[in-house]
Amino acid sequence: MNLAIINFGSGNLHSVHKAFESVSSDLSNPYNIIVTNDPKEIQSADKIVLPGVGAFGDCKNAILNIEGLHASLEASVIKNKVPFMGICVGMQLLADLSYEFGTHSGFGWIPGEVRRITSPKEYKIPHMGWNEITFSDHKLFDNCEQGSDFYFVHSFYFQNQKNEHSIATTKYPAQITAAVCKENICGTQFHPEKSHINGKKIIHNFLEWKP
Amino acid sequence: MLKKRIIPCLDVDNGRVVKGVNFIDLIDAGDPVEQAIIYNAEGADELCFLDITASSDNRDTLLEVVKKTAENCFIPLTVGGGVRNLDDISRLLHFGADKVSINTAAVDNIDLVAEAANKYGSSTIVIAVDAKETAENQWKVFTHGGRKETNIDVVTYCNEVAKLGAGEILLTSMDRDGTKSGFDNKLLKAVTSKVNVPVIASGGVGNLSHLLDGILEGEASALLAASIFHFGEYSIGEVKRYLADNNIPVRI
Repeated sequence: MNLAIINFGSGNLHSVHKAFESVSSDLSNPYNIIVTNDPKEIQSADKIVLPGVGAFGDCKNAILNIEGLHASLEASVIKNKVPFMGICVGMQLLADLSYEFGTHSGFGWIPGEVRRITSPKEYKIPHMGWNEITFSDHKLFDNCEQGSDFYFVHSFYFQNQKNEHSIATTKYPAQITAAVCKENICGTQFHPEKSHINGKKIIHNFLEWKP
Repeated sequence: MLKKRIIPCLDVDNGRVVKGVNFIDLIDAGDPVEQAIIYNAEGADELCFLDITASSDNRDTLLEVVKKTAENCFIPLTVGGGVRNLDDISRLLHFGADKVSINTAAVDNIDLVAEAANKYGSSTIVIAVDAKETAENQWKVFTHGGRKETNIDVVTYCNEVAKLGAGEILLTSMDRDGTKSGFDNKLLKAVTSKVNVPVIASGGVGNLSHLLDGILEGEASALLAASIFHFGEYSIGEVKRYLADNNIPVRI
């Protein structure tokens, strides 16, 4: 089984790679984890992870600038229903639209928009640090406890058009989507690769996920 | 609720942990990777490495430390010290840092803050500020590990770097660093009340109540400490239990 972590130059690639490798090595059938932007390798992957830090528009452009990358993602995830996980901006990219530094279109895989967090003055932006989540019944949260802490760092959030696509939320102080899912496509606003034991559980569940 | 973060900081010289008193008289406190693994297991919310290696020839020893730490600790890792340009940032991220802190280079060239934030994202860029009180309630930015005074006002500077895209400010009081007499909470409050990005308090922790004061009086988002953890005076768990007993939201 191959798991492709998409490399479009995002900063925290190494962290994501090491975390998935560590969790996978404990499985009875570990994944062959590749960090790649090669359309062929992506299309032969059994699972796909899209990490992302930085501005929405920059990440989107970086993906579009790699020939065949976006098309191969669409072919795998939309057409062939390969299980997919987006992390942070990699999750926000699933939306229709983002308002971060201008207006940018997203993949449009999960309906909704990415908007700036508006919060009272005493709430610093970015929303940075460990915050607890409330989740609905989903494979991704197997063996997790309601109210467990995950590591967030973001100034924009995914406003889902349909409530059913939001599978976890946090509060800062308004309710913010912490994880999304639609069919074979999921994503987390928090960083599972930086969320210690709780984060490893999410990665483990994604590796075992059969949507 | 968002938790207040406890961040043990490891000053690293030639691949070894050291902690100075007022930035001099360094004492060896051990292997950074081993220390990082212990802090990770104890429940540290993040880790911070500060490279104080004088010669740039020896800086690569830190990259190995960063790499090994990133392979073993799945919590955010900030690395700083001697970061001059985008290449330095890129290299540290490649070896496994999640955030990079910039100090002197940002003062010398303020454009670097915006360039770095645009390229790697605000969440990746921490601006480290060494502050010293030069007149009552007035703090100036110091550079070069605290050796060089500038005429820059700390609050103005913090505001500027936040506007340029810094995701976080690591604010060290030069007056308090290594003294174990508590954070400079007036300095902290001056910055946290004016700047809209998270501020990490640094410099001066000697006991548990100092940490509580940094949150209640300084209104810091995160607390950084070195020697109280290195020399086993307090464990991360003790610190968190104490803060939790005082109604501070922490991750336990």
